[in-house]
Amino acid sequence: MTRIALKVNGQAVDRDVAPRRNLVDFLRDELNLTGTNVGCEHGVCGACTLEIDGAPARSCIAFAVACDGASVRTIEGFDDDPVMIELRAAFNREHALQCGYCTPGMLVTARDIVTRLPDADEARIREELSGNLCRCTGYVGIVRAIVSVMAARKSSSGGR
Amino acid sequence: MKAPHFEYEKPATLAEALRLLADGGDNAKVLAGGQSLGPLLNLRMARPDLLVDIRTLPELRACDDDADSVTLGAAVTHAAIEDGQVPDPTHGLLARVAQGIAYRAVRNRGTLGGSLAHADPAADWVTTMVLLDAGLRVAGADGERVLRAEDLVEGPLSTCLAPDEIIVSVHLPRLSTDARWSYYKFNRKPGEFAEAIAAVVHDPARGVVRAVLGAMEGAPHVIPDPHALLDGDIDALATDIVTQAGFAPDTYEHRVHAVALRRAVAGLA
Repeated sequence: MTRIALKVNGQAVDRDVAPRRNLVDFLRDELNLTGTNVGCEHGVCGACTLEIDGAPARSCIAFAVACDGASVRTIEGFDDDPVMIELRAAFNREHALQCGYCTPGMLVTARDIVTRLPDADEARIREELSGNLCRCTGYVGIVRAIVSVMAARKSSSGGR
Repeated sequence: MKAPHFEYEKPATLAEALRLLADGGDNAKVLAGGQSLGPLLNLRMARPDLLVDIRTLPELRACDDDADSVTLGAAVTHAAIEDGQVPDPTHGLLARVAQGIAYRAVRNRGTLGGSLAHADPAADWVTTMVLLDAGLRVAGADGERVLRAEDLVEGPLSTCLAPDEIIVSVHLPRLSTDARWSYYKFNRKPGEFAEAIAAVVHDPARGVVRAVLGAMEGAPHVIPDPHALLDGDIDALATDIVTQAGFAPDTYEHRVHAVALRRAVAGLA
């Protein structure tokens, strides 16, 4: 076991972990943060996407031990985030989820697209979403939700 | 699946990392961004006894920029290259290639040196660094050496690096302002490993023409007479070049590489 100290959703966490423990299992099984889902476990499906030090990352191929000193933000940590509030409403409105399994990872990626690429067109949004698999929606609602949040943010910021 | 048991060390210096690797023998592995090794561990295709985490070593994060070249630390991430956070001596080729690697969540963690050392034949940096004739500075227990990118890969997931060696930095020549480049990658879904890559760089001021086929069975194929691509009959040439590169005519692999080469050359104009 190795002692690690990190921040999870703003809270300091100090634990012993086995090096083989991946970040998502650490969050789910030891911190009871079950919002992040485990999918393919080799970095392809995107279900486990969360933020490490402010940038989206796969928590199934990140080891908790390697996150010593890091700041981790899971879907639970976005409750009060203004962009995520808009995205949640848009996902609901546009039917951007059905079973919901991909949704936590999809929202983290969607937020990254909205904030990092505010001028992205639909083709770019689809390209950026290629690392998050959804088997229910066909992506149409997801893309529409992201487009609508980007458009709303542009008009509210005076058409940037 | 979950990764098998391993020990983990995060040294503070390159010297300490090299010592840990040397002491660990053949079953110690370097961990950088973990975006290739992580899946291999979870799939239990890699079973190291010890991982030496070099992701935050300052020696591997330093970049340098002078009139003729740029040096990028091996632990620079794909996303940092995509976003232009590090110098780019290629007028956009590096950023363009970086943006096509896997997915943003992977690019935020995955590193330039890690991708090279992993040596997946379909990986973008493996091909790009051969195209640009990059030099790799490699540190080991017995000191440092510099090797040409084209000498790195020996086969799929296999390099000339010793188990206790670490890629420290990548040294890239600066392209002239009127240099042209083209990079064409074929994959069926964005972010997937390539089924074929072809890339060309033409830098008349430096007298450089280089063309490379990637996503081969092993190392990238450096096209022996790239000048012919610039003014020859590209349709016929591409077929011959891909055959010479080792693909049997009339196979899928042959066709897809030939198309990639034609499109890369067309993209240069």
